[in-house]
Amino acid sequence: MDIKRVKDYIYWLYYQYLLITCSYVLEPWEQSMFHTITVTVFAMVVYTAYVFVPIHVRLAFEFFSQIFGGQPESTVS
Amino acid sequence: MTFLSVVSCTQIMLLNHIVHNGGLYKRPFNEAFEETPMLVAVLTYVGYGVLTLFGYLRDFMRQWKIEKCQNATEREEQKDFVPLYQDFENFYNRNLYMRIRDSWNRPICSVPGAKVDMMERVSHDYNWTFTYTGRVIKDIINMGSYNYLGFAQKAGTCQQAAAKVLSQYGAGVCSTRQEMGNLDKHEELEKLVARFLGVESAMAYGMGFATNSMNIPALVGKGCLILSDELNHASLVLGARLSGATIRIFKHNNMQSLEKLLKDAIVHGQPRTRRPWKKILILVEGIYSMEGSIVRLPEVIALKKKYKSYLYLDEAHSIGALGPSGRGVVEYFGLSPEDVDVMMGTFTKSFGAAGGYIGGKKELIDYLRTYSHSAVYATSLSPPVVEQIITSMKCIMGEDGTNVGKARVQQLAENTRYFRRRLKEMGFIIYGNEDSPVVPLMLYMPAKIGAFGREMLKRNIGVVVVGFPATPIIESRARFCLSAAHTKEMLDTALKEINEVGDLLQLKYSRHRLVPLLDRPFDETTYEETED
Repeated sequence: MDIKRVKDYIYWLYYQYLLITCSYVLEPWEQSMFHTITVTVFAMVVYTAYVFVPIHVRLAFEFFSQIFGGQPESTVS
Repeated sequence: MTFLSVVSCTQIMLLNHIVHNGGLYKRPFNEAFEETPMLVAVLTYVGYGVLTLFGYLRDFMRQWKIEKCQNATEREEQKDFVPLYQDFENFYNRNLYMRIRDSWNRPICSVPGAKVDMMERVSHDYNWTFTYTGRVIKDIINMGSYNYLGFAQKAGTCQQAAAKVLSQYGAGVCSTRQEMGNLDKHEELEKLVARFLGVESAMAYGMGFATNSMNIPALVGKGCLILSDELNHASLVLGARLSGATIRIFKHNNMQSLEKLLKDAIVHGQPRTRRPWKKILILVEGIYSMEGSIVRLPEVIALKKKYKSYLYLDEAHSIGALGPSGRGVVEYFGLSPEDVDVMMGTFTKSFGAAGGYIGGKKELIDYLRTYSHSAVYATSLSPPVVEQIITSMKCIMGEDGTNVGKARVQQLAENTRYFRRRLKEMGFIIYGNEDSPVVPLMLYMPAKIGAFGREMLKRNIGVVVVGFPATPIIESRARFCLSAAHTKEMLDTALKEINEVGDLLQLKYSRHRLVPLLDRPFDETTYEETED
């Protein structure tokens, strides 16, 4: 019973996605094209975030901690 | 018609009925237009963006013959001429409207009362062509017909009287009013309409749209000024353009904007010559059918008297539907019909017939009998239709001996209040005045327009959804028209289904933050703030 509710809920979310992006009114081949493009763009965004965000956050943290914490530290090292 | 003269300062001081807004209204005026939520607006644009891109793709494929072109195009020999189908309206039509076209032009096969039968149709090529399956969907709750007082019936006193007149006079008139088409039934109808409205005289025409578009050119011409509301109906706009007068638009129901235009018109006169305008005509409607808003008639009449202009009131939707005895928006505000110069209305909505009328002073109507294009060239009303109007009007006035008419007017008011209250409680965004029987429910996103129409039809409720050319592009809506023929059970069923569909499609956008209306005191300096 729970599996059915979860499946219905996921289907409802998919239906909302179709309505908001107006792919509900497109023909099936247009829908496939649109889904492919959307999934590709989303996958690229996720991959970029995974690769770059931790490194950038670490560098930013070091930069700011240098400014506020490490004033007497010499910048020539 | 007289020339307009500049009103002097002392005369303005003497007109003491324009003191405060509060003094003009005898009852509270509750109108609200909730603002579009920002996220919804952004997502609507995203949706339209996606559809536009796919529209360009399909147009490209049609041009390069990758896909068969099923819409109208120019012939091969005319390909080098000025293109006919390249503007936005045609692009929208081909690529957006066609995809959701099955919600419109649905064929019904019974009388459009509270319940209606519809012929089922399917499309195998994505709405380019339709085929009938042969099945008839029965007893669909009809929330789309303008059947405000429930006179669209196939049995009852109106129908019997119309059938009797049909056997006496036949169906055709075969002439115009001026020639041989003036029946005694028409004279009887016109006297009755004049008595119903409380005016001196009235004239009836065969078509409501033609009443507006053919009579405004007879009343105004070049050298006159027309001040028309932003959201006026196409018939008023067409009539105003045909007349050749200068047209200026004021913001919807915004009295400050109207006063500014009137002041400018009187102070500056005509554009180049600075002569005074021959006539200033204000065009407003009683109920605006796309917004569900009611005109601020006391203020319009106060302005009209202050600046000595004329008022043309189009009561197409409000006659029979507003007012304690159904006499329209003038009675709803408790004003006198003599203040409105030209009272126009239609018999299509509350009387269950067809045609339009114009009421006013005897000299005006006698003038229109000779100079109106509709009277000279258009066929007059058909006799059974006239009899339907006469019987239904007598019923509303109570002259047929029963109080069916009064009961219907009261039932409509109750239905309106109940339906609007329940929808607001559910959390939908509803536009318009609390007392108007036209209820627009906002949908915003283009895919939801098609989805709403189809889902409601699956649940046996027929609704009218409205999209781009009739409304601004992001503000698409579903428009419910309430009727005195709807019982409370029908309304409850409809509300339950609307609730379900609202949850399914996520239509409950309301955050209960209403935009307060500009109900400030009516002094000279107020209009400066609305300048933009």
